[in-house]
Amino acid sequence: MDAEAAKMIGAGLAAVGAGLASLGVGNVFAKFLEGALRNPAAADGQQGRLFIGFAAAELLGLLAFVVAMILLFVV
Amino acid sequence: MAEPGKIDPMYQFEVQPIAHLFDIAGLPVMLTNSAVWMLVTGLALWLFMLGGMKQQLVPGRWQVAVESLTGFISSMLTQNIGPEGRKYTPYVFSLFMFILFANLLGLLPLGLIGISPFTITSHLAFTGILALVSFSIVLVVGFWRHGLHFFSLFVPHGTPLPMIPVIAPIEFVSFMVRPFSLGLRLFVAMTAGHVLLKVLAGFVINASNAGVGYGLTVGLASFVLMVGISALEILVAGIQAYVFALLTSLYINDAENLH
Repeated sequence: MDAEAAKMIGAGLAAVGAGLASLGVGNVFAKFLEGALRNPAAADGQQGRLFIGFAAAELLGLLAFVVAMILLFVV
Repeated sequence: MAEPGKIDPMYQFEVQPIAHLFDIAGLPVMLTNSAVWMLVTGLALWLFMLGGMKQQLVPGRWQVAVESLTGFISSMLTQNIGPEGRKYTPYVFSLFMFILFANLLGLLPLGLIGISPFTITSHLAFTGILALVSFSIVLVVGFWRHGLHFFSLFVPHGTPLPMIPVIAPIEFVSFMVRPFSLGLRLFVAMTAGHVLLKVLAGFVINASNAGVGYGLTVGLASFVLMVGISALEILVAGIQAYVFALLTSLYINDAENLH
């Protein structure tokens, strides 16, 4: 396998990370909605925490995207 | 990277010189499209604020828009930092509004009238500097208010003594990674969205060129998807600006109150 092909395969594998992060982001919002429907009065006060969780989960998917971009355009 | 006839999704991120301004030590300083869009963003923000700061007793729509944004940021700061958080409102508000305007201006379909829009937040050089400014404020405030006691940030309250050698390095690394993750998040989110839009646009153009059959199946489906993704990108532009401001306020909270 030459280096160019390995790069492409690596960039494709990085997409697995992005897909898994999408599960994480979905989980953050799903759990928030679950809790918010049980106690709607407390939901508005927790939106900041919702977005902190979203940001943390999303960052890991974005890092996978960075890995793919580095493999495709930089290395 | 791109062969002729292919649409290069990375071309939109190229920084191109527009005019030669002056030299510093033999190195030319250019006015680039990046700098022009920063100026445009600043101008748009200035006009937006100017229209809403008339302080009428009965506010018009514009004033309500500006005041609800300032109120949103200052309530976020009081919620996260406490009463002493209000003094950071000017910084966090400018940060939030500038990132929001930069994200939204980069999404404008100006290609229709022949101007190629440039998203300044899709460059690490720009978002990294904003993140470093936020991080420097955290460091300055932390050492100013707490002196060397600021280092107790790395030992969370109530940590058992044998755990300190393990916890402290982890906390230190997580503290030092903050400016990188802060800058990287905004830069990658904007880059990824714009690459996706341009790739789909490439599908539409290439499918339409390949014939009516391809154009109506692949091209039309890609175009519908593009419209949906554009709406999602407007949402992401808002969320990323909010997340940047929110995380900045959390980091400032660490510096103000330790934890």
